[in-house]
Amino acid sequence: MSIVTPREMVGRIGFYVLVGLVTAFFALPMLWLVATPFDDQPGLALSVPDPTLGNFSELLDNRLALPSLLNSILLAAGTALLVVVFAATAAYALSRVRIPGRDIMLYLLLLLSSIVTGTAAMVPIFLLMFELGLIDSRVGVVLVLSGGLLPAAIFILKDFMDSVPKSYEESARVFGASSFQILRDVVVPVIRPGLATIAVWTIVNVWGNFLVPFILLRDADKQPAAVLMRTFYTEGGSPNLALISTFSLLFSIPVIAMYLFVNRRYGFRFYGGIKS
Amino acid sequence: MAQQTALPPAEQPTAPAPSRTSATDVAGLGRGRAAAFVAPAMLLVAVFLVFPALWTLYIGVTNYRLTGVQARTPEIVGVDNYVDALGDPTFHNALFLTLVFVLFSAVLGQNLLGFALARSLATLRPVMRRVVESLVLLAWIIPSSIVAFLWLALLDRDAGTLNALLQTPGLAWLIDYPLVSIIVFNIWRGTAFSMLLYSAALASVPPSQLETARLVGASRWQTLRDVVFPHIRGHVLTNTLLISLWTFNDFTPFLITAGGPNDRTEVLPVYIYNTAISGGQMGYGAAVSLIMLVINLIIALFYIRLLRERR
Amino acid sequence: MRRIARIIAVTTGLALVATGCLGQSEDEPEDTQRGADATEVTLTIAANAVSGGKNAEEADWIENYVIPEFVAQQEADGVDVTVEFQSSGVDDEDYKSKIALDLRTGSGADIVSLDGIWVGEFAEAGYVLPLTEVVGDTVDEWDGWEQIPDAVQANMSFNDERYGVPAGSDGRVLFYNKELFAQAGLPEDWQPTSWEEILDAGRALQGIEGVTPIQLNAGTAMGEATTMQGVLPLLVGTGQRIYDEDAGTWQGNTQNIRDVLGLYQSVYGEGLGDPTLQQEAQGRDKSFAEFAAGTVGILMEGDYFWRSVIEPTAGVAPMPNRDEVVGFTKLPAMEPGSGIDGQDFVSMSGGGGRVLNPATEFPQQAWELLTFMNSAEATTELVGDGARLTQRQDVNDELLANDPMLSFIADEVVPLSAYRPGLAVYPQISVALQQATLDVVTGMTPEEAAASYQDAVEAALGSADDIASD
Repeated sequence: MSIVTPREMVGRIGFYVLVGLVTAFFALPMLWLVATPFDDQPGLALSVPDPTLGNFSELLDNRLALPSLLNSILLAAGTALLVVVFAATAAYALSRVRIPGRDIMLYLLLLLSSIVTGTAAMVPIFLLMFELGLIDSRVGVVLVLSGGLLPAAIFILKDFMDSVPKSYEESARVFGASSFQILRDVVVPVIRPGLATIAVWTIVNVWGNFLVPFILLRDADKQPAAVLMRTFYTEGGSPNLALISTFSLLFSIPVIAMYLFVNRRYGFRFYGGIKS
Repeated sequence: MAQQTALPPAEQPTAPAPSRTSATDVAGLGRGRAAAFVAPAMLLVAVFLVFPALWTLYIGVTNYRLTGVQARTPEIVGVDNYVDALGDPTFHNALFLTLVFVLFSAVLGQNLLGFALARSLATLRPVMRRVVESLVLLAWIIPSSIVAFLWLALLDRDAGTLNALLQTPGLAWLIDYPLVSIIVFNIWRGTAFSMLLYSAALASVPPSQLETARLVGASRWQTLRDVVFPHIRGHVLTNTLLISLWTFNDFTPFLITAGGPNDRTEVLPVYIYNTAISGGQMGYGAAVSLIMLVINLIIALFYIRLLRERR
Repeated sequence: MRRIARIIAVTTGLALVATGCLGQSEDEPEDTQRGADATEVTLTIAANAVSGGKNAEEADWIENYVIPEFVAQQEADGVDVTVEFQSSGVDDEDYKSKIALDLRTGSGADIVSLDGIWVGEFAEAGYVLPLTEVVGDTVDEWDGWEQIPDAVQANMSFNDERYGVPAGSDGRVLFYNKELFAQAGLPEDWQPTSWEEILDAGRALQGIEGVTPIQLNAGTAMGEATTMQGVLPLLVGTGQRIYDEDAGTWQGNTQNIRDVLGLYQSVYGEGLGDPTLQQEAQGRDKSFAEFAAGTVGILMEGDYFWRSVIEPTAGVAPMPNRDEVVGFTKLPAMEPGSGIDGQDFVSMSGGGGRVLNPATEFPQQAWELLTFMNSAEATTELVGDGARLTQRQDVNDELLANDPMLSFIADEVVPLSAYRPGLAVYPQISVALQQATLDVVTGMTPEEAAASYQDAVEAALGSADDIASD
């Protein structure tokens, strides 16, 4: 772009103004999260704090705080693994082989998954897990969460599978690759952005889920951070803003780090928008 | 969801009886191996999703409660719960609010903003892109209970950041503009998913075609419509479907407005909470859940029709 | 499609089989002496408390005092006891769901904390049993009962049977800001004797710039705080309880309800209260902050407000000069003598307690642990340096002497107090009451609001049979 016309110039400036506004829109509510953990009089009002680390030391006195983050990581990683692997294989097969009623079935499963997130479904889920002997088991939580997330994951991945050119697989098959090898070596690399999306989406869902781990786990030492977050209230239900804001900050960091890692390693790559 | 290359839609009545291995089975999976690929996912889904979901639907025809006499001896009440819900004006109000909420915050807001971000961020410098992306994602990954505080702090009438910025002290956004507030909130909250999905989807648009479009002097809009959109049509449908469904079932507005003022933000999940769950009426709650499922089904069918017709 | 149909048919069948256990079968009465001679015993305590979070004092007390002390005691008797603590510390409704699920499956902890308001619904569901059925007649021989006032015991009872041991009590009063009262020319030592006198004080405070004279909780956003620190204390001041146990009727569109709503109309119609705040999701916390900042004149709350909200150092809205500035006074009935049982002053109380899991393997040892937790020593240890109302009169007499507010509650308020009905439908009635106050705050007349309240109660009960209206 050697010559820039005035019109392009205006467009460019307009574009940056828009990006700036959108950034401000997303950043504005976060200011509270950034400022309040360092405030010694935390409240809803946003104030430039007289910086203190007192809230952090108070939080770290809670022996459950850091282990709960580890529990969250365990649950999120386990669920993400199950969901990504099973959704990928299922979506691949559903994309490549005609199974009668496939689309209807996927829609129905997707819709059913919205039912089991409600409190009304906690009774059946609890009783089921009780019969299976999976109360107070992290595996049980991972299984329930995976079951709820799989339909949407399959749904999303199937689109990505559909858009992989079939010629790749045909060539691989000519060279004698097995179905699993084709999936692993040919299809997966092509749909990596899709898999990364599913992984991030799964982790986010598990990270914030309170009700399922709370109902199914008994031992406080196994509870994830989302459950611990709900304990920073008084008996009358008033929030302890110092602990909540501080823990929120710690709570967000692993997920952001995970995103940046996934983004760098597996890349949500763009072909379309890259200007040469 | 179908791409140009995809299979004919299964619902199509004229579809020929499937042969043992479909002609499009380029991977040579075959029925048996395909079943083996699908089985683990379906087993998990059947046991941990379908089974409890159907059980929940059964609860919907009883007067079951978590506690009290009806916990010990629940009775089958048939369609009573459904009749009660459909005849309740508060339910009608909640349904209307939910539809408005979904339309503006998800279908339009998250969808368009997410797409715009996915498409335009690519032209930014990597550092700036990371910053914007991280902010958008942060809004999505912070759990609801915290997000509620962020927005209460932003919109608070006395000490809120927004009032301080706009120099409008004492303006109670959540009381005077409750629905608009939660719509804007939900756009902020959920755009990340659309951005992620569209970013990944845009990766599937072959650069060569975009180059061609540029060479023939197509405008930005023409490129979008004729080159980009056909490639991501399936993703648009999936994304719209999912974010509609999720927004429909989103309980987070409750944490910001508690359904108020006077039910003006009482969307359906909040309605269920207020009328059924807080009273422990599991039966009624399950019944309303099924009604929501049916409405979602109708919405899904509408989307499918809309995005298929233009092919 | 056939395959789908088959999958659906099979899973539906499974679901129908499984729903057999939706209800509960009548259990055979079990041997109360089971496991009594065991030398190796494991007991679990569940409470909605967690170290470092909600009700942290209780959690720390269980972990650091109850468990080691009890284990040591038992060891001296030659019994090898292991006591575990299942902490929760979340929203009460979530905790309730969890323990309800535990109890219905015959699993869960041996000693379970329960809000008094849940006892009735848990008993009706068959989740808990009277203590004498779980443990035997030794329960009645416990000397601790003499120290627990009957009204407090009633909070953990249902149909005149004790289901658990109460763990404390509370009461509702009017808190007021003495500095504002002085500015408005009101007496520092204030004791209104009727609602009209409260309104008069509010009108006097109205003259002060930037001050909300009266915070009377209203609306659905406040939730149970509207009912418990609003409607119900006022209602008992008109001479009626929300549920008349003898007649088995709920208050519908009655003169009493209209009187209560009439007071709401006076407060919010005359601008004595802030109607916007009642509708905000965090309205209650905000009202606390405003009171602490000295911009609210009069506020109705429980003693919880004194010891956890405006407590000078550790409160959520700390008031460093609380002891000098904040006054408290009994809530008057509508007119002198118009309260329930002809009382001049009224209050509502709540509070929780601990029940025994009917499915416990060791009922005798569990009871022993429960009585240990409710001994004078253990109760004193729990209160520690803080000050809170305990269930035991002897402990209160000793500990609260230094805290004028809490001894005031223990001596003068709790004896006047009424309790909510512990029935499963109560939460719906409560929501209907909250909505009625909201209707009045947003401009409806008390008559209109009471009429729609009546409709809501009928919908909740399924008929108009058990509703009093006039």
